[in-house]
Amino acid sequence: MRVVVAMSGGVDSSVAAALLVEQGHEVIGLSMQLYDHSGGQSFGSCCTLDDLHDARRVADAIKIPHYILNFERQFAETVVSNFVHEYAAGRTPLPCAHCNSDLKFATLLERARGLNAEQVATGHYARVERSREGRWLLRRGADRAKDQSYFLAALTQAQLSRAAFPVGQLTKAEVRARAHDLGLKVADKEDSQELCFVPDRDYATFVARQQPAVARAGSIVDGQGNTIGSHGGVHRFTVGQRKGLGVSVPTPLYVLKIEAESGQVTVGPRTALERTALTASAVNWIAADPPADWRRVAAQIRHRHGAAHGLVRATRSDGAEFVFDEPQLAVAPGQAVVFYDADVVVGGGWID
Amino acid sequence: MQRIYFDHNATTPVHPAVADRMAAALRDDFGNPSSIHHFGQRAKSVLDQARSAVAALIGADPSEIVFTGGGTESDNLAIRGSVEASERSSRRHLVASAIEHEAVLNTFKALSKRGCETQLVPVGSSGVVSPDEVRAALRDDTALLSVMHANNEIGTVQPVAELAQIARSRGVPMHTDAVQSAGKIPIDVKALGVDMLSISAHKFCGPKGVGAIWIRRGLRLLPTMTGGKQERGRRAGTENVAGIIGMGVAAELARAHMTEEAARLSALRDRLEEGILRAVPGTVVNGTPGLRVPNTTNISFERVEAESLLIALDLDGIAVSTGSACSSGTLEPSHVLRAMGFSAHRTQNSIRFSLGASNSEEDVDRAIAVLPGLVEKLRNLTRTPVRA
Repeated sequence: MRVVVAMSGGVDSSVAAALLVEQGHEVIGLSMQLYDHSGGQSFGSCCTLDDLHDARRVADAIKIPHYILNFERQFAETVVSNFVHEYAAGRTPLPCAHCNSDLKFATLLERARGLNAEQVATGHYARVERSREGRWLLRRGADRAKDQSYFLAALTQAQLSRAAFPVGQLTKAEVRARAHDLGLKVADKEDSQELCFVPDRDYATFVARQQPAVARAGSIVDGQGNTIGSHGGVHRFTVGQRKGLGVSVPTPLYVLKIEAESGQVTVGPRTALERTALTASAVNWIAADPPADWRRVAAQIRHRHGAAHGLVRATRSDGAEFVFDEPQLAVAPGQAVVFYDADVVVGGGWID
Repeated sequence: MQRIYFDHNATTPVHPAVADRMAAALRDDFGNPSSIHHFGQRAKSVLDQARSAVAALIGADPSEIVFTGGGTESDNLAIRGSVEASERSSRRHLVASAIEHEAVLNTFKALSKRGCETQLVPVGSSGVVSPDEVRAALRDDTALLSVMHANNEIGTVQPVAELAQIARSRGVPMHTDAVQSAGKIPIDVKALGVDMLSISAHKFCGPKGVGAIWIRRGLRLLPTMTGGKQERGRRAGTENVAGIIGMGVAAELARAHMTEEAARLSALRDRLEEGILRAVPGTVVNGTPGLRVPNTTNISFERVEAESLLIALDLDGIAVSTGSACSSGTLEPSHVLRAMGFSAHRTQNSIRFSLGASNSEEDVDRAIAVLPGLVEKLRNLTRTPVRA
């Protein structure tokens, strides 16, 4: 079978490509150029020019053809624009999830199918399986510490049916060991941690440059509505944030609420961050039809969150509400909430 | 898989006779042409032979040939050397066509940041520069007019002789980048009437990394590379003797076979072009058909990302190209097609087929046979996005 593997130049997608070759597939390596490198600026930690060269070298080492696709426009229109728009709206975006559902398993998948490749493989730590009823299931990667299913929960059945995650069965240590066995130079390459398109981890500067109107001063208020400080734009904040408030008080304060329209940021003590329930929009149900009745699941509300137990049910056609067994801290609008049954993704959506 | 190479405007395979002569030169003619002893004299002698062969290809006097590191260096020498030479005359205006190679365009860009005023003359949808536009662009302080002889992407041959006449009447020196025409069609520098002409060996079955510039005797030009007195002081640095020998052999071969090879390639190109237009609906040729070098056709495929079609063809063993490559090797919309005023779609959907010595009718027919299926597959997907 002809398979396209999205190669970032990192160890995971490199080993994914090698595993597919071992399995006897006709593998085509594609790398996405997501922003203009010609200026030579330093970007974040993924998909730089060096990474593209790494991907090419790996493809050469495992003897597969490799091409770089220019997705600058698509990346800007989907991922970056959503990122900027969400921050400007006082929410906390999750661009990697959009990159998966709106780019890798959308534009890239379409390109792959145009090349007669029916599947796109990536280096994600997640597993895709088919249930007995014929439903495509998304499961956490075998390496729980590296699991990335949280970022893939927006994939539809059509997308999952064409997705392959060859390293999902392995631990990171196993992946690195395979890379060493194969003699790949990227075997010990560091994991990317930050957003690839934001230089120097400076989200606020990036957002303000893209949308200057966002840098509008506003007030910081306490739970009673008393103004206790000011700020240079709502894009500088995320719910649960403690640092960088510019307010000095004896007890630490956290961002509780961000109102983009008025520019008001509400802060309060840690206990005020607790939430007992949440609602979500644009929910993608994967393992089940939208549950009309309460169903027991565990909800993960951010990337390194240990999934809290509770009850979920579908609300509108694409909405959901979830009630936590135990109150949770820092439920940030804009982040994904992903519902798990053990390690199977039941569905996921965007926190309101 | 039997691979077909349709990208001869990017580079050509080195002719076996060229490779053999170069291998011998690397072993035997190692002397420095500037040395006085036997070894130097021997190297100097083979250099002279190559110079004569290259001069003969373009109807030039051997003493007016300067060997360089390739077409880009030749273009840089012509432009930067002219600007430096006109430093005292305060001529600071540079004119070129909008469809020049990056070697010219980016040199212009660099110079515009250093006090030069640069002007790009537009082209129409024909892909040919209009002499009237050039006439209107030239000024008393124009230091150089640079218009390519044949365009690399669409193959159109520019009215260089006419432009040179206009330039001369205004007292403006003219350079032409003949990298894509040298070896393909007859060139006579005297008939063209230009002052400088750039060529590159690897576009006519010679080695990479060696080119030449013809500079009319008496033209004021300052070297861009300073050092020893090689190449009559116009290009310092010990000569790339083996490369230059290879270029000489390639020039001889190109000149000897030009007429029949041009006729053969022209027939093959027309067969390919007609075959594609007939077999694939929604295709259109870019560039005026009657005014092109014999080996090149540039075709836009409606509703097809050229990037994808290039890859699909490559996976089927057919090498073509599109647009111009940027830093990572991905594609940007062609500045040439944009300059011709075509829509974004037409500029993003274009594929260049450039034929050469290795190509046969079977190659052409195979391309015509596989294209409809590949294009159909790509078009179907644009109709039915996977997320829907």
